[in-house]
Amino acid sequence: MAYPYTSDHEVRVLSEHFGDPSARTLEGARRNGRYETLKKAFEMGPDAVIDVVKDSGLRGRGGAGFPTGLKWSFMPKDDGKPHYLLCNADESEPGTFKDRELIRWDPHQLIEGCLIGAYAIRAQHVYIYCRGEFFEASAVLGRAVEEAYEAGLIGKDIMGSGVDIDVTVHIGAGAYICGEETGLMNSLEGRRGQPRVKPPFPAAVGAFGQPTTINNVETLSAVPHIVKNGADWYRQWGTEKSPGTKLFCVSGHVNRPGNYELPLGFPLRTLIDEVCGGIRDGNALKAVIPGGSSVPIMNAEEVARCDLDYEGVVACGSMLGCASVIVMDETTDIVKQVRRMAYFYAHESCGQCTPCREGTTWVTRILQRIEDGRGTEEDLDTLVEVTDQMTGTTICVLSDSVAAPVQSSITKFRDEYLALIRRGERVGAA
Amino acid sequence: MSQSTPQANGNDAAVETVTLTIDGREVTVPKGTTVLKAAESVGTEVPHYCFHEGLSSPAMCRLCLVEVEGAPKLQPSCVTQAQDGQVVRTQGDQALRQRRGVLEFYLVNHPLDCPICDQSGECHLQDYVHEEGRDHGRSREPKRVFGRDDFGGDVLFYGDRCVMCTRCVRFMNEVEQDPRLTVVERGNRSVIDTFFEEGLDGTHWSGNVVDICPVGALVSKDFLYKQRAWDLDHTPSICPSCSQGCNISLHTRDNLVQRLKPRKNLDVNGHWMCDHGRHRYEFMNRPDRLTEPLTGRGTARTPSSASRGWRAALTDVVDRARSLAEGGRGGRVMAVMSPNASNEDIGALVEVVDALGGGDVVYRMARADDEIVLKGYPSLARRRDLAANGHGAELLGATRVGDDDATGGLEAVADHDGIVIVLGDELDDQGEDFGRAAALYLYLGAHPSEAATHADAVLPTTTFAEQEGTFTNIQGRVQRFRQGLRAPGSARPAWLILGAVAAELSGRETAPTSAEEAFDALAGRTNALAGLTWDGLGSRGALVNETVPLAGD
Repeated sequence: MAYPYTSDHEVRVLSEHFGDPSARTLEGARRNGRYETLKKAFEMGPDAVIDVVKDSGLRGRGGAGFPTGLKWSFMPKDDGKPHYLLCNADESEPGTFKDRELIRWDPHQLIEGCLIGAYAIRAQHVYIYCRGEFFEASAVLGRAVEEAYEAGLIGKDIMGSGVDIDVTVHIGAGAYICGEETGLMNSLEGRRGQPRVKPPFPAAVGAFGQPTTINNVETLSAVPHIVKNGADWYRQWGTEKSPGTKLFCVSGHVNRPGNYELPLGFPLRTLIDEVCGGIRDGNALKAVIPGGSSVPIMNAEEVARCDLDYEGVVACGSMLGCASVIVMDETTDIVKQVRRMAYFYAHESCGQCTPCREGTTWVTRILQRIEDGRGTEEDLDTLVEVTDQMTGTTICVLSDSVAAPVQSSITKFRDEYLALIRRGERVGAA
Repeated sequence: MSQSTPQANGNDAAVETVTLTIDGREVTVPKGTTVLKAAESVGTEVPHYCFHEGLSSPAMCRLCLVEVEGAPKLQPSCVTQAQDGQVVRTQGDQALRQRRGVLEFYLVNHPLDCPICDQSGECHLQDYVHEEGRDHGRSREPKRVFGRDDFGGDVLFYGDRCVMCTRCVRFMNEVEQDPRLTVVERGNRSVIDTFFEEGLDGTHWSGNVVDICPVGALVSKDFLYKQRAWDLDHTPSICPSCSQGCNISLHTRDNLVQRLKPRKNLDVNGHWMCDHGRHRYEFMNRPDRLTEPLTGRGTARTPSSASRGWRAALTDVVDRARSLAEGGRGGRVMAVMSPNASNEDIGALVEVVDALGGGDVVYRMARADDEIVLKGYPSLARRRDLAANGHGAELLGATRVGDDDATGGLEAVADHDGIVIVLGDELDDQGEDFGRAAALYLYLGAHPSEAATHADAVLPTTTFAEQEGTFTNIQGRVQRFRQGLRAPGSARPAWLILGAVAAELSGRETAPTSAEEAFDALAGRTNALAGLTWDGLGSRGALVNETVPLAGD
């Protein structure tokens, strides 16, 4: 039973049971060792759980890469308030499809991670905010939660431990911005999905006004393995600052696109050439977006020397983000590609902050005009300046997400813009 | 919803303070003050749209971002708390660049229809762009168009002018607490809208959304295309339509009140006023006026009677009143007054009554069935008493008579055979026989009335909009209003007329020549107002000795 594609380079920890439908059932999950670590966590006590996660160096897999144990340690202790753990399963970044697979194939791994996380931060309630379009994944997850409730693994006095934790699966209504952590909280509470001003930070005032931690699906799915095997075990993979394994969602012009779990620090070029079987039709590589559509585009030179860990990608002019590798070969029309991404952000901007609300659409329209052969060289300066005004000036980073591809593409692929502007000629595919 | 409506000034000596530096100036403010307010306290306005003192702060317009030393990014000054040792620059290159950028974003889709926009001249988009914006816009793209929408009530929405600050939405949610407005769609398609066809119809405070709209997106139907903002004179005044005493501005031109706007007073009405009061101003512009003093019974029936001027009229009045009083034929004086007379007017009336041997002063006042409370600012309501100075009248010894429609209750006065004085009450429900039996009938008013037919003297007074004075509100707060309109002909304030009569009758050599003198003299002889002075009333008014507690205070 081969999950679409696999590779010998892979270290399949989280994705071990991808492709095995029996892993979805509680029976199968228990056979795979799920919920054994939960018992261990209850014996360790919440602070010891936080410590081992801290020591493991696990970093948030939603894109920001913030140390998970540190985030948990921000939660107040003995404050008498209800605490919440939110699991962000609103995976919406274009190019990203790892959380969906983690939920589809191994929902109990996630639920166990949620329970351990909730226990560590002394939360009594976990909300898994699931992307609205994840019809299959949310159905699988819902069944898994029901099964776990029936087996006494969720709810009151879990496995006789005296610990009470409830889990609710909340289905989103289809807005990208609800994947932003505070936008998610507003949406969960029934408000407009608009990010909140920070401070206050979620650990102080989060969902329903209470101390809240929010973690990505992949982050929480990694937790049971770390708690079970220890920090040193996890650190056998990856680099000092970026330890562990990571799911890479590879899409675009490769022969074998898909999810691959690899140690952090894995060379990008090897990922493309060996793990994914190279570029389609033997074409040359033009560009890669390594971390989802909101990070800067890398050119072939940068790709050649890039190692895929948080620091390595920054050193090559981009960001690891959620490790959604979009590969583009020589036939790619970069201007069209960037315009298409800008359009996405313009469509998904929540509209509260002026620079984002007005800027995303303005940028999209300029790009459209250039693409249509009606651009000017001045437009390129305007694009850079306008996106500058959209960077670091808004409540959340959606606005910055447009700036990254636009500015990096103008810097690295200026010739393609100029060709369209000067001759109305489009490079690459029509 | 966090609502930041400071109800009282921080006069408490124990307030903890912080000291920070704003644009090189050291500023000390109470702990918890935002950087924006701290800057305002030293006269630096940080441009802003979404922030409004009376509403929550979403920090979304991104215009008020300032440089804070040590912070990695520009900080929204409307939600950033001032801290000890903080160094803030509102005029640094980064902050200026940010504002210029945001202002350019606002103009990408703005129609720039200033020539036909009611907000023009009092528009914060015009002001800010003029001060700090780019001299040309770089957008070459077609503009997004929403068009115009009738929001119901008095409110029209011009979607293309909107800057999406959401003040109007937050006002309806947080202050009126009747969520009738919302943002629909998202991103650049976001637009303010109502729920279905209901709109703002039936709301009582929605006129305020027009005031707080920083641009011309929400405008008043009543004021639409009526005047240019820069042609209007603004006069601080007090709303006369109920006993709340909301602080307002009379906006006037051509000696007519064109509109009323609320004026901030956190002790009375915050930033708000009700629609009932806002739209009752036409009576201030009534053209049918008494303009010249006339004496001699029946003069009111022959308005062509030549006036012999104030001196002759007052001499006549004083002589006749004195001879009646001295001959013991005056009996008790019966006086009827309007509850919209100022404290000074009422005080002078009482003085005259006393000088003539005493009597009864009564007033009639319309009373609504219910209060209309502004839920998010519960010390503010459209009060049941539909006049400005009923409380003042009571404190000065007047008695309310008649029913809740301000009719009836005057039987004893109408047929009184002694001295009858009418001040301001137009006596609409009384016939021309009113005062027929009176030995002396003085009618002081602004407008002609059938009930003045038998008056021995018809003395033209100014309306409250044409004079200075004070009202005492439901709580017992004495507040000043100022003169916004010129009085027609020889109309004079009642306190001046009656003050002169009282001085003459009691043999005093001087009478008050200003509202200030009239008030200070009144406060000096009235227990309820003891200790108050005209100067001491300030811009927020001052409380009388015995106040009435209000909900929410």
